[in-house]
Amino acid sequence: MTDTAPTPTTDRFGYQQFSIGEFTFSRDEYFAYILWPTGQHVMSVDAFLRALQRDVAWDFFYGIVNFDSVLGTMNHYGKVDLFAGRFNEAYRKAELDHQETFATEEIRPLFKSMLSDWTNEGFDPFASPAETGSAFGSKHGNNDEAVTRRRVTAERMVAVPGDEVLRTDDNGHPINRQFADVPQDEPELHPAPGYEAEVCGYNLFAYLSRSQVTWNPSVVAVCKESLYCPTTEEYILPIMHGNDRVEWFVQLSDEITWDVEDRDTGAKRSKVVMRAGDVAAMPADIRHQGYSPKRSMLLVWENASGDIPQMIAEGKIPSVPVTF
Amino acid sequence: MEYRTQFGSLESYHRGRVEPIDDDPKRYAFSNLFEVAAHSKPYEKVAVGKNLQYVIEAIRAEGTSEWRVADHDETALVMDGEVTVELLDLADTGVIAPGTDGSIGLDGDPAGTPMGHAVAGRGHMVLLPARRAYRFRADDPSVILLQTIHGKDTVEKWSTICQTMV
Repeated sequence: MTDTAPTPTTDRFGYQQFSIGEFTFSRDEYFAYILWPTGQHVMSVDAFLRALQRDVAWDFFYGIVNFDSVLGTMNHYGKVDLFAGRFNEAYRKAELDHQETFATEEIRPLFKSMLSDWTNEGFDPFASPAETGSAFGSKHGNNDEAVTRRRVTAERMVAVPGDEVLRTDDNGHPINRQFADVPQDEPELHPAPGYEAEVCGYNLFAYLSRSQVTWNPSVVAVCKESLYCPTTEEYILPIMHGNDRVEWFVQLSDEITWDVEDRDTGAKRSKVVMRAGDVAAMPADIRHQGYSPKRSMLLVWENASGDIPQMIAEGKIPSVPVTF
Repeated sequence: MEYRTQFGSLESYHRGRVEPIDDDPKRYAFSNLFEVAAHSKPYEKVAVGKNLQYVIEAIRAEGTSEWRVADHDETALVMDGEVTVELLDLADTGVIAPGTDGSIGLDGDPAGTPMGHAVAGRGHMVLLPARRAYRFRADDPSVILLQTIHGKDTVEKWSTICQTMV
C-alpha cells in the first residue's frame, strides 16, 4: 500500500507540494527538491519539468526514464517503480537508494498534476530551449495547452483515411525555423476508382519539419508490433532512457551524438555518432542520452511486444539484436 | 540565421561511428543504409535492423522489381531518388497463406485488378497494404527503407555491413 497526499500543500512561491509514498516533491523559483527517507536530491526545475513532461506524455515509456543520474521511473506496464539512486552505483553502495512501486493509475495523476502546477505560463517543456520562455520564478499562470498535447499514434500510417492527419499551417503546424529548407512536396497518388483508400502516401520529412516538439517519438507507421516512432531532436534529450528491450535508431537527417552508459551502474560504455542514413541499435542493457546541435530527424523504431522485458529477464532472448 | 538540413544519398553520405569506451561496437549493429544500398544488387532485401521477427530492410531500387505480397501491412520510405509503386488487387489471394511473415515474390505478372500507383521521392512514405501485390520501378538508382517482418528473402549480412572494429 502507498499513501498519496490527496490535497497538496502550497508553498510561499505559489507552487503545490506533492507526495506519494515516502517521496516528497517541492519546487521554488529555480529548483525541484525530492526527498525520500534515506536522502534528498535537487535538480534545476527546467530540467526536471522537461523530464517529467516526457514521462507523463509517454505514460512512463518503455523501460526506465532517468530524470538524471539519481531520480527516475521504471515501467512495469500497469505498475511503476519510482526510484532514487537505484541505478547509481555510489548511491547503492552508500545505501542511500530508495524505491517504491505504485499502480500506474496512482502515480500518473500525481505526475500530471505536478507538471500542470509547476509549469508556468510561457514555458513549454517539449520545445527546444530556443523556442520557449522560462521555467523559473514564482508561480505565474500555466501552460496546460502545451503540457497536455495529444500524442500522435497512427493505427496503420499517417495519411491513411481515418488515421492520423497531415500537419499543415492551418492545423497549427508551421514549418520549424531549422527545417525551412525541407521540401514540402507530396507523393503523386494515382488510385484507380474504388482504391482511393488504399493508395496512400505522404511526405514524412515534410511532416517532421512541422513538428512543434523535440525528443517526443510519435507513431507514424505500424507493422503489427513494429512501430515507426520518428521525432525531431534539438539540444539534449531531457532524460537518460534506460532500455528494457532493444531499440533502433535511423538517423534521417543531420547528426546526433549519443552518450551510452551501463543501464544499472551508469558506467560509460560508448559514444555513438550518427549521421544521415546511419542505423544503430541500442542494446537492452544500456541507457542513452542524445545531443543534437541542429534540429534533426530521428526515426526511433520499436518492437512494442509486452513480452520482451520478461523474455530478456529470463534469458530467453539476448540484450543485443544480432550476433555476428 | 539560415539552416541547412543534411540528408544522405547514394552519392553523398558520411557515415558516423561507434566510439567504444568499454563496449564492443558489434553490439550496436551500426551501419549506413546508403552504403548498404550502394553495394547491393537491385531489390536485394538487406536487413539493417532486426528486432526479433521484425526487420527494416535497405533496398536498392533500380529498374523494375518482381511483384511481391505480404499478409500484413508494410511501408516503403524512399530515402533517395524516385520510386514508382504499383499496387494490384490479386485475383487469387490464396498465393499468400494467412499468418505468413514477410513478403513473398510472385512469378511473372499475376492476374488481378490494377489499383493505381504512387510516385514517391525522397522522404515520401507509401503504404503497402496487406494482401495487395506491389512492385517498384526506379529509372535511376534509388533507396527504399522497408518496414516489414523477416521473410525468406530477407538477407542478413551483418559482418559485412556493420562496424566491427574500433
